[in-house]
Amino acid sequence: MSVELDVFVGNTTIMDEEVYQFWLDGYTVNDAVKVRMEGGVLEECEASAEVLRSDTMDQYRTFQMCERLLHSPAKLANQLLFQIPPHRQTMLIERYYTFDGVFVREVLGKKLSKGTKKDLDDVSAKTGVTLKSCRRQFDNFKRVFKVVEELKGPLVENIRQHFLLSDKLARDYAAIVFFANNRFETGKKKLHYLTFQDFAFCAGQLISNWTVGALDNMLEDMDVDLEKEFLQDLKELKILITDKDLLDQHKSLVCTALRGKTKAFNEMEANFKNLSRGLVNIAAKLTNTKDVRDFFIDLVEKFIEPCRSDKWTAGDMRLYLTHYTNSAHILDTFKHQVVWDRYMGVIKSCILKMYHD
Amino acid sequence: MPGKLKAKIVAGRHLPVMDRASDLTDAFVEVKFGNTTFKTDVYPKSLNPQWNSEWFKFEVDDEDLQDEPLQITVLDHDTYSANDAIGKVYIDIDPLLSSEAATVISGWFPIYDTIHGIRGEINVLVKVDLFNDLNRFRQSSCGVKFFCTTSIPRCYRAALVHGFVEELVVNEDPEYQWIDRIRTPRASNEARQRLISLMSGELQRKIGLKVLEMGGNAVVGYLQCFDLEGESGLVVRAIGTACTLDKLIPGTGSNTITHTNTAPASNACNSPSKEIKEPVFSEDPTHPLSVPPTPLRTLPPSSSPPPFSPSKPCSRQSSSSDTDLSLTPKMGMGSGISVGKEAGPLKTLLRQQAQSALEQREFPFFTLTCFPPGFLVHIGGVVSARSVKLLDRIHNPDEPETRDAWWEEIRQEIKSHAKALGCHAVVGYSESTTICEEVCILSASGTAAMLNPRFMREGCLDAGGSDQRLSRQPPLGMVGSERAEGEVSSSWLGFDDASPPSCGFCHIPYDEFNMPFPAQLTYCYHCRRQKVPDVLFTTIDLPAEAAVTGKGCLIQARLCRTKKKAQGEVNATAISNLLPFMEYELHTQLMNKLKLRCMNALFGLRIQISVGENMLLGLASATGVYLSALPAPGGIQIAGKTPSDLSYDQHISTMQKRINDTIVMNKELYNIHPPECIEEVVGSPIPDRQRSRLFRSTSESSDELSELDLSHGKKDAFVLEIDDTDAVEDIQSLLTDAPMPAGFYSCNTEVMPGIYNWTSGLQMFTSVRVYRLNNANLTNQGLNKIFTDLCENLLKSLYFKLRSMIPCCLCHLNFTVAVPEEELIQVAVTAVAMSFDKETQLAADKALNEGSGENEEQLQFSMELCGESTSSNNQPTAKASGLPESAMTHSSSRVSSSERCSPLPEVRSRSLRSTRSLPCGAPVTVVKMTPLSFLPMTRIVKYLGIINMFFIRETTSLREEGGVSGFLHSFIAEVFAMVRAHVAALGGNAVVSYSMKECVFMENPNKNQAQCLINVSGDAVIFVRESDQEAIPPLITSGQTSTTGADGTT
Repeated sequence: MSVELDVFVGNTTIMDEEVYQFWLDGYTVNDAVKVRMEGGVLEECEASAEVLRSDTMDQYRTFQMCERLLHSPAKLANQLLFQIPPHRQTMLIERYYTFDGVFVREVLGKKLSKGTKKDLDDVSAKTGVTLKSCRRQFDNFKRVFKVVEELKGPLVENIRQHFLLSDKLARDYAAIVFFANNRFETGKKKLHYLTFQDFAFCAGQLISNWTVGALDNMLEDMDVDLEKEFLQDLKELKILITDKDLLDQHKSLVCTALRGKTKAFNEMEANFKNLSRGLVNIAAKLTNTKDVRDFFIDLVEKFIEPCRSDKWTAGDMRLYLTHYTNSAHILDTFKHQVVWDRYMGVIKSCILKMYHD
Repeated sequence: MPGKLKAKIVAGRHLPVMDRASDLTDAFVEVKFGNTTFKTDVYPKSLNPQWNSEWFKFEVDDEDLQDEPLQITVLDHDTYSANDAIGKVYIDIDPLLSSEAATVISGWFPIYDTIHGIRGEINVLVKVDLFNDLNRFRQSSCGVKFFCTTSIPRCYRAALVHGFVEELVVNEDPEYQWIDRIRTPRASNEARQRLISLMSGELQRKIGLKVLEMGGNAVVGYLQCFDLEGESGLVVRAIGTACTLDKLIPGTGSNTITHTNTAPASNACNSPSKEIKEPVFSEDPTHPLSVPPTPLRTLPPSSSPPPFSPSKPCSRQSSSSDTDLSLTPKMGMGSGISVGKEAGPLKTLLRQQAQSALEQREFPFFTLTCFPPGFLVHIGGVVSARSVKLLDRIHNPDEPETRDAWWEEIRQEIKSHAKALGCHAVVGYSESTTICEEVCILSASGTAAMLNPRFMREGCLDAGGSDQRLSRQPPLGMVGSERAEGEVSSSWLGFDDASPPSCGFCHIPYDEFNMPFPAQLTYCYHCRRQKVPDVLFTTIDLPAEAAVTGKGCLIQARLCRTKKKAQGEVNATAISNLLPFMEYELHTQLMNKLKLRCMNALFGLRIQISVGENMLLGLASATGVYLSALPAPGGIQIAGKTPSDLSYDQHISTMQKRINDTIVMNKELYNIHPPECIEEVVGSPIPDRQRSRLFRSTSESSDELSELDLSHGKKDAFVLEIDDTDAVEDIQSLLTDAPMPAGFYSCNTEVMPGIYNWTSGLQMFTSVRVYRLNNANLTNQGLNKIFTDLCENLLKSLYFKLRSMIPCCLCHLNFTVAVPEEELIQVAVTAVAMSFDKETQLAADKALNEGSGENEEQLQFSMELCGESTSSNNQPTAKASGLPESAMTHSSSRVSSSERCSPLPEVRSRSLRSTRSLPCGAPVTVVKMTPLSFLPMTRIVKYLGIINMFFIRETTSLREEGGVSGFLHSFIAEVFAMVRAHVAALGGNAVVSYSMKECVFMENPNKNQAQCLINVSGDAVIFVRESDQEAIPPLITSGQTSTTGADGTT
């Protein structure tokens, strides 16, 4: 005797959050049944493995039928096929778009293309996330990217409205879209120590300060791209390192302020010119798309690594960057205060976020 | 031109991509009614078209309005080739024809295609203007209300119950027409859907005409079925109960009244609730009490023969081979009215009065299962009839005559069985068929009963006040015509007073000296004045006023019998020969399982027998309860035939022990603690049994009676002989029934006796399973085991699925079995899981025990209210009350359509920016569905009309759609969606009395094909949540009444 057909349909669609997670994680029905059995549902409800299997199959089928709707979450609310309470809908969407930190780290900044998708089996092997789940997450990134690419206006808000995601998740997606759009390099070995959340924070900083939308939200423009004019202006900052007087003046101002306040003062003083050159050079090169891609690797190589080898503490870093930024205002021949602040504000918070082990 | 139908096509959304090149669709709509068709303009290149059409007007006869559905077809315009159909919507406009139902149909309907399923939605507005008096056109019956609900609908009162109406229409099945060989599956399916829609309309109209003729205005308990006979045709038939319903004016008293109906009413001992219920059904201020019951006078009692003649049961027993009735009625038991000498005349009198009321009727049948208080006087027992017919022998397949004659025959049989049980009416009546190739089994079953004639016909009904009032003022006609007037009227009075509603229906209606079958009679354990049987089987719901001890539970008997493959007459004979044995075994199983649970009555009994090519399936489902009025069931004893063998004895004693343990366990589980006093009042069942035998021998017994005795006495329900292989099987099936997991209860009736404090949390579901028997050479026993496991596993799965609702009860568990192919068994279940509140349940149980199982029904109401506060988190979305909700839908749909008026398609609309509103602002109306006639914690304020839908779905890409399970899963979900959409469009927020009448599934995995037909029905309603304010006063009153009730028993 074999079960040829086995379905259960409720007027209100029944969904078990645990099974949903298994499905999202790409477990096969058999694996999910195994895990559920170990989880002890059986004892709790006096059910048999057969019952559990039937239930799991049924739920998987329901999720598969819902998947099409989850691709455009707004449809979920006004479709008629499944009667799902609103809080359930929110849960379904949120979970569907939630991604694994390890996975996203692998594809962050990569082109969301077919080629990348083909390599997902490697990613899966490396991260331990099932291929099925990798594909879902990758497709989510791609879908969000495609939709938002066409839209103007604040990125995070667009994502949140279009995909009905929570603010936190919308911000993460904004970061992913931003990274994918600008193709920031994040895969280099030196960057491996950075988590997705580090990058997401930096992306948030860049989006809200360096894009067109950053200055004027009312502008009918988008904030996926960095503002060209601003990048152009950044070239002007070069004066800080090319002008010998200015450089010395800057150094003395910073050192005066720092003296006695930190143990790493000597290293700071010794490295000042190097570090300053590093930061200003990054700024000056950002007009090149290639250099934009290397933005994070440059920050690490030119600034974070030297400081780390000198054993700066996080406090030292904060102190140094604060004074480094502020002292530039006192330089009377330096005229690019606004651009400087806009640049350094982001650099400072990014470096502080990235400065850890 | 008595009517003008107007339709407006507003918009579409989520349409499928029909043009691969542009990923868009050029959609337009055809609106068709009868032979008139209108078209909208093509809305180019959009998946969310805004047609905003003019009003399309159809001027039609009201006859057509009743028969025809409004057909809406959405198409994709194609310049070079034929336009592609996207899908269709059929809208039944019947609800618009009754002034009391819906006034407009407006909303989003799923666009349905028989091949692709739901493909987007369309927003439609439909209105009807009716012109002149409809009654002059006798071809139509506009305005007659139809209800699937098998009780008097909640916001009506029954002024009059006219009785049975039936009709049957036949047509050629499009699937079997020659043209079907050349047309596409889509065209064929659509032809079938359209035809059935038309036939249902016609059927409803014809039944409506009959109702009007009878002077009624509504059909309650409307049951419509399809018989897909194949070559010989397609039959749509329906039965129902014609009534005159008066709408209750919502006002001061009506709320309480609805409550009384919703929650079972009171028993006779308490006056406050009696006063509440009286005005509902009986008191009719326009008719003074003094009007004599004329029909009574016209029929001198002496002239009518004693309805219970000894010859009647004989004919029943010796009935033809193609029917089996001998077993079921055996269990039917009723009441002996009194023990004294006046019993004879009194009973005759009562019967005569009722008979005269029913005399004019060909069939005194009622499809109702739930009755106004006082309607049901006594219950005789289950009556059933089956008949095997050959479809290829129908002389004139296109005409209904042959089928009419078949049903007529069966109904006559039912009627005579009821008579044999001393009853003049059949309640809880239903009919069904099962078809396999050219063999068709027609079945009918019901519960023989004595009814209170007041509700029946003008003369009797309108004269009456309440039960009590009637009895205290003996009708003039009775006094005048009957000689022993003083005696009779006083005993009449005495009779009524002595039969409290909580036990009166259990009292036997037949003569105890002349019983139609052997039964063990005892004095009623409740009133101790009249006789009751030891067990009672019925097809109706547990009467609200019945006194029950403990809780009830679902009891199922399952049976599988192999049959040789055969054809024509040989096949029919083989089936006919098997049927009695199957019924007998099912019955024995039911009996044993009942005893095992320490219960003594079955309600909602439904026996389904399904034929396959090489087997017969039998499934009997019922809800077992312990009626306080009936004696406690004895245990089950196992007896061996070879008592000398020691090991054998041991085996028997372990079996016995297991059975005894189970009984003890069940008593605990179902909270059955009958009062101890029982034993002292009446002796053990055995002397009683002897006594009844004695009575029988002294009465004018005949051969048939001893024959009866044989059939029953040979196999005592209490004693199982282990030598018998059947008995071994019985015991096995007895003990293999898995107990329900903690926190679950189940029943197949409306509500579970013993559970009162429902919360608003409910989940209606349909589950279908098909099993393939891989081993063709199975024995009966093997098959039985498989079938039993199948049902048990299905139940287990349901419990597991619904575990989050614990504590909960699966109500109205309706199993349907079928043998779609040679080696397949299909089981479909539709039920509702309703959660209840544990805290208050405990309190209720406690109160119940204090009241010694008396009158607990009253508590249901109060407990429900207590549960209100805790229930709210169960279904947060479904909470909103009806009227505001529907209003919301209308407004929101308007909003969303105006949004979509923007000329820019979605993605390109840069100007919309982030302010672009998303459709989450327009939530879909939540529509609750339930197979019950009510929703707990709510009040139904309006019935919007009947929902009766038929869908066909076919696929030629079975694998791609997720196999058979994927295919059926999405189809059932689609059917639910379409039902919900239609209800929402009528302005409703729930479907009550929902049922899936048909689910015919066929597959051909080799060809990657499958097809499924589903027929569903129900009543669309608007409900509102009961507010706390309303709830408080009755809480106090019922609290009082329950204590009064308890006092009354001591």
